[in-house]
Amino acid sequence: MKRILLVLLTIVVLPQARAALDIQSWNLPNGARVLFVENHSIPILDVSVEFDAGARRDPAAKAGLAALTNQMLAHGIAASQGGNGQMTEPALSEAQISDALADTAAQHGGSAGVDRAGVTLRTLSSPRERDAALLLIARMLAQPSFPEDILNRDKARAIAAIKEALTKPEAIVGKAFMRTLYGSHPYALEATEASVGAITHDDLVAFHRSHYLADHAVVAMIGDISRDQADAIARQLTMRLPASAPGSSLPALPRVEPIAATEERIPHPASQAHILTGAPALARGDPDYFSLVVGNYVLGGGGFVSRLTREVREKRGLSYSVYSYFNPLAQEGPFQVGLQTKKDQTDQALQVVRQTIAAFLRDGPTEQELKAAKDNLIGGFPLRIDNNRKILDNIAAIGFYRLPLDYLNTWTANVAKVSTSDIRGAFKRKIAPERMATVIVGVEK
Amino acid sequence: MAAAALVLANSAMAADTGQAFTLKNGMKVIVKEDHRAPTVAHMVWYRIGSMDEVDGTSGVAHALEHMMFKGTKTLKPGEFSQRVAALGGRENAFTSKDYTAYFQQIEKSRLAKVMALEADRMQNLVFDKAEFEKEIRVVMEERRWRTEDQAMGLVHEALNATAFVAHPYRRPVVGWMDDLQHMTVQDAKNWHDRWYAPNNATLVVTGDVDAKAVFALAERHFGKIPAKALPVTKPQQEPPQRGVKRVTVKAPAENPYVVLAFKVPALRDVEKDNDSHALDVLAAVLDGYDNARLGARLVRSERVANSVGAGYSGTARGPVLFVLDGTPAQGVTTQDLEKRLRAEVERIAREGVSQEELERVKVQLVAGQIYKRDSVFGQAMEIGSIEMSGLSYTQIDRIIEKLRGVTAQQVQDVAAKYFGDDNLTVATLVPLPISEKKAAPPTGMRH
Repeated sequence: MKRILLVLLTIVVLPQARAALDIQSWNLPNGARVLFVENHSIPILDVSVEFDAGARRDPAAKAGLAALTNQMLAHGIAASQGGNGQMTEPALSEAQISDALADTAAQHGGSAGVDRAGVTLRTLSSPRERDAALLLIARMLAQPSFPEDILNRDKARAIAAIKEALTKPEAIVGKAFMRTLYGSHPYALEATEASVGAITHDDLVAFHRSHYLADHAVVAMIGDISRDQADAIARQLTMRLPASAPGSSLPALPRVEPIAATEERIPHPASQAHILTGAPALARGDPDYFSLVVGNYVLGGGGFVSRLTREVREKRGLSYSVYSYFNPLAQEGPFQVGLQTKKDQTDQALQVVRQTIAAFLRDGPTEQELKAAKDNLIGGFPLRIDNNRKILDNIAAIGFYRLPLDYLNTWTANVAKVSTSDIRGAFKRKIAPERMATVIVGVEK
Repeated sequence: MAAAALVLANSAMAADTGQAFTLKNGMKVIVKEDHRAPTVAHMVWYRIGSMDEVDGTSGVAHALEHMMFKGTKTLKPGEFSQRVAALGGRENAFTSKDYTAYFQQIEKSRLAKVMALEADRMQNLVFDKAEFEKEIRVVMEERRWRTEDQAMGLVHEALNATAFVAHPYRRPVVGWMDDLQHMTVQDAKNWHDRWYAPNNATLVVTGDVDAKAVFALAERHFGKIPAKALPVTKPQQEPPQRGVKRVTVKAPAENPYVVLAFKVPALRDVEKDNDSHALDVLAAVLDGYDNARLGARLVRSERVANSVGAGYSGTARGPVLFVLDGTPAQGVTTQDLEKRLRAEVERIAREGVSQEELERVKVQLVAGQIYKRDSVFGQAMEIGSIEMSGLSYTQIDRIIEKLRGVTAQQVQDVAAKYFGDDNLTVATLVPLPISEKKAAPPTGMRH
């Protein structure tokens, strides 16, 4: 009786999903999808426009094309008829674009990830600054000129960065890990000196034309504007973009195949070994999502209080950082456990990590650990949406991955529902020691 | 543009600048209310950092920061973090040359509980030898990760060790490896005994709180902790430099890199130190926006560099550096890039800056005052770090006003005054191949 009473009390004192976040969403006649949160607390506006134009769409021989296309959007705008067909808009150089953005104090960013690519903008909401910055963004999305000369410069810089990364153990291990997990799937693609060297102006034009499409656009906005203004802005941002050819769609990607257990050791002169172990695991929208989020908090997500941190760092002093996470993507994104340790401790640390994972897969979390995880995730939920930047990231992901619009408002309830057996079951479905790859960079030769 | 900037400044000033209160034991409490979301940033800043260490125990300020999570008279090792986690909190700590700070981000109803935890470890920390010996190994792993295996980390460590000979800024915050290997639990305990006291601490709370209620909470939790007589440290002023200093670092890398550091004035008096304000504007003219001078000319137009930068922050307890740095493009040497970086400053010394550039930089400054309000944690960071430098949080807006008042002539004058050879230290990275044969197929661009 006492036990039941305690359980009820626990439920009562959980902070309710307070002041639900009101995400308004609609589609434009051109097919663009809009997500908007109205917030007048400070005079700014944050916007992102994203497309299915990430690295998974790279041609294998031209890996790096998605990133380069995205980066080059801000490096030249072609002259054109105005959106209303009346006035001509002048061509703008890289310097003119940067100066014009700086004059409005706008902060512009490009983003090219594995699945998505697009642009972000933070601007003051005062009409003069806002309108000038939005017009620039609308034009760079739709009318990039991809100047040949600047492309060559940026290819050279990209190649220098690729070669630099090749000397860094953390970069080497990350790339080797993705290659092992994804084999011939585009998630394994990596830009090389040769693949970037092969990219031409025409490649950028073709990639842009086939991926930066009005009916694929996801426009996310939060800030100091009204619903009507948001609608007008979304139209402005997408009206110059072409539509998909009728009945066409981007090619389907291959399935992510399960992997066998492997261990790869790569020599490196660094004093520490960098270790990654994991497997392809979690796609967006998977019903196991919340069980895995809560379970991973216990295993390696919960900062200083996770099992991995306790076993590797707190009990044995083997590493400064040790963690695990799921990176949910459009297809099965990686489950990854990572750490760095002095080379001669590699085998000891790896053994502790493997034993910790195996014990978790076998027994799952204890009831006490489950409660601690829920206390943190639910109690800390307000920190996930306490500023515009965080809210923009959330609604952009909701829009792109077509998560339910009440995803954030039901988040704590979904966490609260998870049981220890849910976690055990979900981890068993996604992770098994005999299907995990390990890469170690920094072994003695 | 000037008119637009004026309008923006007015809306920026509408925000609360904060309220301060000092407890009887000397602990300062600063609260900035921000009611946009039901969350709070809670930070305790100790005005004690690596510059207060002495030779042989470098890194002890940072090692003690790690020990702050290792138990008190009533909490077991690790229990501090478990309690914060159970409150839904995020937490961490950081150590710099000038200060050591501890923070939690929490839903607002949990403020009193994290305050009680911080008050507990200010006075009741315990030092277990076995816990220390494990934790110092973690610190050594951190040093390997941040410095030993990072070419850039090694270059910047060598830069500071060369630029300063007498001032303690010559030592790395994390400490020399040999000092870490010889550090004892008693060193850490001595550090806490000497410096962790309410009269050496500033509490900063920002977010959805009532300032008066926070003052009352602070009184309840920290008010009983007795003040300590703080040791007097020697000034250890850096003697004048008498010519260029150079240092070379060889480390595994692909691309060379060069960094130039000029000794320049710090900001000690917001009203009088106009050269510091002008240096701030000079750094922004050189590298404050995408098309600012250094990037526009050296990376974008003339392509002698793959990346370049300029940096200056006048707020510090000790001497400050104005830094120019860059990675040369293929076929360009670090010596060439060094000349080109200096030539850009010399060009400003000779020709001045345009009114257009100056306005552009000032518009960013004013907008930055509005953008920063999106982050409650960022505002707490700003307040704490300026307080630690010896200035007051009440001067934050005044500094922006002073920056807006900087003229083209002042920028030209500081460019002519401070960038000669005598105050310059140059550190150069000479890349070493990691092996004759590449260890792995080429890796991809960082997204």
